[in-house]
Amino acid sequence: MSSYRLEIRVTPRPGLLDPEGAAIQHALGSLGFHAVTDVRVGKAIYVDASAVSEGAALELGEAMCRRLLANPVTEDFEVSLHQPTGAEAS
Amino acid sequence: MTRKCAVVTFPGSNCDYDLYKAVQLVGGEAEFRWHRDTELGNVDAVLLPGGFSYGDYLRAGAIARFSPIMDAVTAFAERGGPVLGICNGFQILCEADLLPGALLRNRTVRFHSHDVYIRAENTDTLFTADLAAGEVLRVPIAHADGQYHADPETLAALEGQGRVAFRYSDRNGEITDAANPNGSVKNIAGILNARGNVLGMMPHPERAVEPVLGSTDGLGIFTSLLRSLAPAGSA
Repeated sequence: MSSYRLEIRVTPRPGLLDPEGAAIQHALGSLGFHAVTDVRVGKAIYVDASAVSEGAALELGEAMCRRLLANPVTEDFEVSLHQPTGAEAS
Repeated sequence: MTRKCAVVTFPGSNCDYDLYKAVQLVGGEAEFRWHRDTELGNVDAVLLPGGFSYGDYLRAGAIARFSPIMDAVTAFAERGGPVLGICNGFQILCEADLLPGALLRNRTVRFHSHDVYIRAENTDTLFTADLAAGEVLRVPIAHADGQYHADPETLAALEGQGRVAFRYSDRNGEITDAANPNGSVKNIAGILNARGNVLGMMPHPERAVEPVLGSTDGLGIFTSLLRSLAPAGSA
């Protein structure tokens, strides 16, 4: 078993109204960032877990998303292996 | 014959005593259940209160939905037992798949705490039988995540099967965008499951049950529920 750090990104479905993103876009616009055409707000969740392989770690992360971390009605998720800077050997 | 309602308290619930009192006001018996309990015991209805269970971490209701008591609540609902979820209770019911759809952040991105008007859309349910068809109730809301969302197929089923229990309206019962406090699709304020024994709603009828609270319009929901629990022939 090795230790892995998973980065899990949960984002609102495309097309779904994201009022938080819209508010931030408005604020950016009023600060002069007129190049901004869209802002979406999601969350990043970092999970440390032990698994037999990278593939198994990713599968574990996806299972967590399906069960708890993402709402299938409104959110999409993406699981990747996080590469911490100065990673220690495990 | 008992007419006993279990009120489930989660860490962060804050309307549990309001619900307890509302049940007593209409002649029912109320008992608290703790989220760690694994059994409901001998009760006739289950009420999930408003509040901020688990601090609304991750998503409102997402963690409460895995509380030990929720297995018993799900089994109770699947046997046809009446379950009423208000505000955070509604969010928990959606997360638990006992009701379809989800509650998103209000379109204003603000917490809304004020009275609203809701119109009874279906008065042939366990929870609304004492209301007049199209009756308009003035009840408070207090939420940040109350924007009801569901995919088009789910919405069509809800509409087609009379499962929209309440819609936000103006005081005359007109369904307008201005009367919609949170951007809920089709002004939906409360919905039923397919069997009709589970109701989730964002507004707080339990906070509108005595004149001192400013409105008694919420009482009809509790009298309806209690009456549905009474044995045939009794009051």
